[in-house]
Amino acid sequence: MKKTKFYALLGGVGIVLATITFIAADHIDSPSVASTSVDIADFYAFEGDDPNSTVLVATMQGPLTPGSVTTNAQFDEDVVVEFNIDNTGDFVEDLVIQAVRRDSVMYFFGPSIVDPANAGLQSMINVDDFSGQVGISTVDETFTTTNDDGITFFAGPRRDAFYFDFNQFNQVVSGAAAPVGFLPPAEASDFFENFNVLAVVVEIPNALLGDAPPHVAGAVGINGLPNAYNVWITTKRKI
Amino acid sequence: MNIRYIKLSALVFCIGLLFAQCADDDDNGNVIEAATCDDGIQNGDEEGIDCGGTACPPCFDGLDFSGTYRQEDIMGRPGINTVFSGTDMVKNNFNTTMVSDREVFQPIFQTTLEAYHDVYGSALGVELDYESNILGLDAATFTTVLAQFDALQVAPEGPTTYFNGTVALTGRNLTDDVIDISLTLMFGGESGTRFDGNNGTPQLTSDGVGPGNRNFSLPFPYLESPLN
Repeated sequence: MKKTKFYALLGGVGIVLATITFIAADHIDSPSVASTSVDIADFYAFEGDDPNSTVLVATMQGPLTPGSVTTNAQFDEDVVVEFNIDNTGDFVEDLVIQAVRRDSVMYFFGPSIVDPANAGLQSMINVDDFSGQVGISTVDETFTTTNDDGITFFAGPRRDAFYFDFNQFNQVVSGAAAPVGFLPPAEASDFFENFNVLAVVVEIPNALLGDAPPHVAGAVGINGLPNAYNVWITTKRKI
Repeated sequence: MNIRYIKLSALVFCIGLLFAQCADDDDNGNVIEAATCDDGIQNGDEEGIDCGGTACPPCFDGLDFSGTYRQEDIMGRPGINTVFSGTDMVKNNFNTTMVSDREVFQPIFQTTLEAYHDVYGSALGVELDYESNILGLDAATFTTVLAQFDALQVAPEGPTTYFNGTVALTGRNLTDDVIDISLTLMFGGESGTRFDGNNGTPQLTSDGVGPGNRNFSLPFPYLESPLN
């Protein structure tokens, strides 16, 4: 009985969902950006080794196969990577940190105050707010720099930190894995285990980010969480 | 030729070298140890005199940062666009929309969330709907949070974590199992264990993989060196 139902569903909802092919967390997330130099793979934000600082990590262009694919991968000089910080709670960026490559160096600008009229989908590079630069690291050499404000910078290839049984997920969402679902740990497989990404990492003293607003979870009745910035990353291409 | 003349010649020669080096616009840089950013010459991996490279202020001369840049990709929380947008067109639209302009995506996300449940309801031969999750959020509220509050909430007063069993939504660590957390919020119901593979239920709250042999205890830049 269940098998009949199972196959029946494959002709219905299952087929619809089968079109939802998926690579996460944001890796190759839409047809127009997949496998391009703007494609964001992941975003992390966490307390640094210095507890008064926050680390912002953008990973891109994944998954990169180790070897020549990784060695040849480059940040696009026509693409700016932006860390957007909302410190007022309206989900419009109040501060932006920008990173863009020129030759073998990544240049960083900000945190710049964003005029609300200029927030959103288009940006200019805030040249007047130059804050640092770092040579692009290679597979063999890691470069980091720290500026006078205590902001530390990195750009280059790294191992992908993201772990996920992506193949089984596609089976799950298509219905092909129903009704079992995901596999037990002994059978599950981490798709991203042996891939690299291009990473931009900034560690910034919290004092440079302003006061954090009340946590947004309060808006849906979840109280007691600490004040928190709302932070997201964007990639923008020169037009 | 006396000693003084030789010294003078040597000095002139050296100054000549100095200017020759100053005029050298070869930005490949001849790497010299102990280069500094205030020694008046281009050395180390500097790209000009006391500028550029890994240590010195930038050489803006000749570098063009002009122009307008337009958004092509965006990411706040992990997996949002890829899991909830459904169609290619919606995914593309999501990536070119501001976070604060996402109302239109909420009903789409809710439909997708319900559709995932329908797949397993059909497979199990039962009516299956999303149930409020461990955060107490119903489908409409949950998908509103996902669509319209789509950023990492980052607490400057730690601890920062996507969810560590006690604290939620204060950041995202490299170690955080964001997939299991997300699956639990989607399929775990109020207990978090609604579909955890036990008692004949499907396993929908964990993908079964962890960080494996990755090292998440490294100093800045915190990520491991690339695999070779």
